Amino acid sequence: MGFLDIQNVTKSYGQVEVLHQVDIAVEEGEFLVLVGPSGCGKSTLLNMIAGLETITSGEISIKGRVMNGVHPSKRNIAMVFQSYALYPNMSVAQNITFGMEMHNVPKEDQQTALQDVAKLLQIENLLDRKPGQLSGGQRQRVAMGRALVRDPDVFLFDEPLSNLDAKLRVDMRTEIKKLHEKLKTTIVYVTHDQIEAMTLSTRIAVMYQGYVQQLGTPKEIYDSPANVYVATFMGSPAMNVVPAKIAMQDGTPHALVKIHDGSEQMLRLEQNNLSEWDGKDILLGIRPESITDPDGADRNSSNIVSLTNRIGVTEPAGADTYVTMELGGKEIIARMRADANVQSGDIFQFAVNMEKAVAFDPATEMRIKP
Amino acid sequence: MAVAEQDTAIRTGTGTRIFIYGILLVFALFYLLPLFVMVANSLKPLAEITGGNMMALPESWTIEPWKQAWSSAQIGVEPTGLKPYFLNSILMVVPAVAISTILGALNGYVLTKWTFKGDTIIFGLLLFSCFIPFQIVLIPMASVLGKLGLAGSIPGLVLVHVVYGIGFSTLYFRNYYAVFPTELVRAAMIDGAGFFRIFWRIMLPVSGPITVVCVIWQFTNIWNDFLFGASFGGQSQPMTVALNNLVQSSTGVKEYNVHFAGAILAALPTLLVYIVAGRYFVRGLMAGSVKG
Repeated sequence: MGFLDIQNVTKSYGQVEVLHQVDIAVEEGEFLVLVGPSGCGKSTLLNMIAGLETITSGEISIKGRVMNGVHPSKRNIAMVFQSYALYPNMSVAQNITFGMEMHNVPKEDQQTALQDVAKLLQIENLLDRKPGQLSGGQRQRVAMGRALVRDPDVFLFDEPLSNLDAKLRVDMRTEIKKLHEKLKTTIVYVTHDQIEAMTLSTRIAVMYQGYVQQLGTPKEIYDSPANVYVATFMGSPAMNVVPAKIAMQDGTPHALVKIHDGSEQMLRLEQNNLSEWDGKDILLGIRPESITDPDGADRNSSNIVSLTNRIGVTEPAGADTYVTMELGGKEIIARMRADANVQSGDIFQFAVNMEKAVAFDPATEMRIKP
Repeated sequence: MAVAEQDTAIRTGTGTRIFIYGILLVFALFYLLPLFVMVANSLKPLAEITGGNMMALPESWTIEPWKQAWSSAQIGVEPTGLKPYFLNSILMVVPAVAISTILGALNGYVLTKWTFKGDTIIFGLLLFSCFIPFQIVLIPMASVLGKLGLAGSIPGLVLVHVVYGIGFSTLYFRNYYAVFPTELVRAAMIDGAGFFRIFWRIMLPVSGPITVVCVIWQFTNIWNDFLFGASFGGQSQPMTVALNNLVQSSTGVKEYNVHFAGAILAALPTLLVYIVAGRYFVRGLMAGSVKG
């Protein structure tokens, strides 16, 4: 029984089910991020927690109290919207105290709470302004202030950073993280940005087509993706997923992959339960940072395999140099150190950290569990 | 939104300018001529008009025709002037405009922010009232007013105009609120505001332009209405009907100067509303069509 419990929740519009049997238990103080592409149902789920959308079946409870049918204002939640949704005709101070005013909080208490929040978010000098006179980042702070001042059980964030420019987004991301670590509040946060999901969350729910594809800590999601979708969605550049064939040799499984000239190379796999896949096709997933130049290979890894292949193009990106190559008939990306000596067209010996490689069943696209 | 402040796209030479302004001036004069005739003739004694000099300025200025039109002209059989009817019109138009605007705003709010199954059908049906010719409903309306005991009274006229006005006022407010961000309403819901509080505190404060549009529209329509006034006015006929009775009387001398004064009096309130609120009218009509 979690602090916020989502049990077997589904959502249908008429005959169409858009959210299927979602089951998530959020502990107190947890930062849960719902991440997925547009239309995956993440915002719908958030709106159902907020009470802005009805629950077709299943149950949502907060602190053990069932919330189905309870009015949004009686759930003790606060929400930060994508467009900030500040009331344009009210000053910043009025925006922040509006909720307390609606709940008949005495004037003095309102003022104390307002001052506390304004101080926390450093917006004390903006309190008399109208939202129209604020910059994007300031509006964002006010929107958070309006949520914070309520002292709710659960905070809901609906893509709060997507309207900000790139630099401000990174700053605000850090601030939200700091705020969470300081206040230890329970947060459900919706985003389509996998970097936000990775950096902010204590747990991530990756959603796609109305299903929760995987629920886990950022590390679990990144290192042990449950299926090809999660593997390629999380991480930038995306994980390389290439067709390969399993060959058993001396009792250990190897992945046979085609390189640029059509010949095959053997990559020893770490996973030891693949004997029944001997001779069968799999999908091999390798993250770009697991394919490096030999000097850049992870020294702590127990399974570095060398791979000779021709370099397609090189893309220096400052901190790293990305290299493309053909593997298993697909173009894949490798991530070198910035000053790795690579030239396009060269035959190069790469080092592949097979400890981090994952195998998928090509038929179901699910991970072959180790 | 401020279309009038935009730079012109085409630069024009002096010659073209003179040509354009010349044409505009001619048109302006053409349209102002009737007003000039009305004002000029309302300020001269009848003899000067019947003497055949309609277009000239008065030789001896007088405001007597205005006084007569206001308080002593023969309307039908009573020599009351237009004053009591003017009052009738005010008593009819103010509540009718207020009620239809408020109802329109509420309808627009519900139809955009509290949508329900079949809301578009309801809206479509409401829009019917914008297209149904007044004449069609005269007989059913008369029977309804009779059953309600409102026939021939000002409240009856108010009811008729409110019913007819809701269509347009709903259309205005619905379209205005359609582009109003729904997230604001949701935020207010989470903040604990109810249906009317959201309307009062969040929606109405930003509805200025469209309210002005709606008020001007309803005011001119209701004030200028003749058919309903003549049909259902009974003893409390509005200004338009009285003006007709003043001008169309078939007995006695035709006092053109008084008629002109009366016509101006009848048009004055709508003119005033346009002058005071006209610039909001254009702004409000443009709102929603252009973002920002």
